[in-house]
Amino acid sequence: MSSKVHVQARINGDDVEFLCEPRQSLLEVLRDVLGYTGTKEGCNNGNCGACSVILEGRLVNSCLVFGFEIQGKELQTIEGMGSPEELHPVQQQFLENAALQCGICTPGFIVSTKALLDKNPDPTEAEVRYWLAGNLCRCTGYDKIVRAVLDAAKAIKNS
Amino acid sequence: MKKFAYIDATSVDTVPSLLGRRFGQAQVLAGGTDLVGELKEYIATPDRVVNLKSIPGLDYIRQEDDGLKIGPLTTLADIETSTLINDQYSVLQQAVSAIASPQIRNVGTIAGNICQRPRCWYYRSEDFDCLKNGGDTCYSVRGVNRYHAIIGGGPCYIVHPSDSAVALMSLNASVKIQGPRGPREEMLDDFFVLPELNIMRENGLRANEFVTEIIVPASKPNTKGIYVKVRERDAIDFAMASVAVTMTMSGNTCSEATVVLGGVAPVPWRVPDVEQFLQGKQITEDVASAAAEMALREADPMSDNSYKIEMTQNIVSQAILDLA
Repeated sequence: MSSKVHVQARINGDDVEFLCEPRQSLLEVLRDVLGYTGTKEGCNNGNCGACSVILEGRLVNSCLVFGFEIQGKELQTIEGMGSPEELHPVQQQFLENAALQCGICTPGFIVSTKALLDKNPDPTEAEVRYWLAGNLCRCTGYDKIVRAVLDAAKAIKNS
Repeated sequence: MKKFAYIDATSVDTVPSLLGRRFGQAQVLAGGTDLVGELKEYIATPDRVVNLKSIPGLDYIRQEDDGLKIGPLTTLADIETSTLINDQYSVLQQAVSAIASPQIRNVGTIAGNICQRPRCWYYRSEDFDCLKNGGDTCYSVRGVNRYHAIIGGGPCYIVHPSDSAVALMSLNASVKIQGPRGPREEMLDDFFVLPELNIMRENGLRANEFVTEIIVPASKPNTKGIYVKVRERDAIDFAMASVAVTMTMSGNTCSEATVVLGGVAPVPWRVPDVEQFLQGKQITEDVASAAAEMALREADPMSDNSYKIEMTQNIVSQAILDLA
């Protein structure tokens, strides 16, 4: 009864298939089955947003979604954003604003920011803060992060 | 998490038999944002998880002549941003936008939000065999009860965690329920049950039933609604206290009102006395204060939660004055 499920999905544009147990979260599948370790485990209960990924264009906590639920779907993770040679504008602005300290929350913030700017390329500061309510940072506080998001919006618009 | 088998349901009719007659053996999966937490903590230990997302057509918002119909799997984010939901129902959108975070609203569903299990920390902990977990003690009575019920509690003192249910009750909404013998419809006023009637559940759904539609009747012209919620942590939190008020106004006079409290009782707590009191009244600060006091008249706080009385009175009077 706990036999494994066969799942096919598209992750960062690549066709991926894997076997998982029904009880495995998408976060566990990403990190432990597929090796996408850029997505972080924080609280594992939906409070911190460190595990944020974009599923079918929607920002979700991968710790609250089952692995089997991505069957036939399109997923974007932090690994799909930028490369060491060419950072994504959101990554670049997080660096320039020093919007990180220990860094464990950063992939989640960057993925959340991408989801926001994909929908709303010119957010107000209030909209940025409302949107990032689901991402926790316990080091820097949020002002530098909010500035980085607003600067990233500008950078993308001007590029 | 205990191992389970999962089943993709393919039609509404087949769900009751997939769920079976005994609570605990099977769980429905909609958004999963509440269920996954319960599974991880071994609060829910089903053998089967029945996935409703594989049933086509349960995700919709329809504005019809007699009101608004919402599919059970409609996400909170879709309700929050829908342009189909017009001003008369804005109390629902206000409440939904105060739920959790964008990540959770993107996944969590309206029926799941109404049917979510309580957040009481004794209930949510594996270490306490509280009344709701089949034990014989409500640990909040002698324990830390800061967030527990001040009205309608006993023998268990949970508060109902749903924001949307409070708003929907203020709109006189009902739910359509699918069971083994077909569909039935129930007003939200009758849907939720107090612990004194059923300690194990928060609503009247049987083990083999599930919600298939939310029905919100059209309201009278000149009706407006407001949802006010107090959270300890503004970014994401459940309500310490909340209120949904709707008022039909002619000039400064209220001809009809609904008032529902959240975060203070084991069910969304409607206060009919206050609704009657407001009828035909000119809305002034004195009237709002009197209504607020009346709304909390039955409050019987525990050792750490008497603060909720004044907090709730304040938001009730603020909500009434904002609508006038």
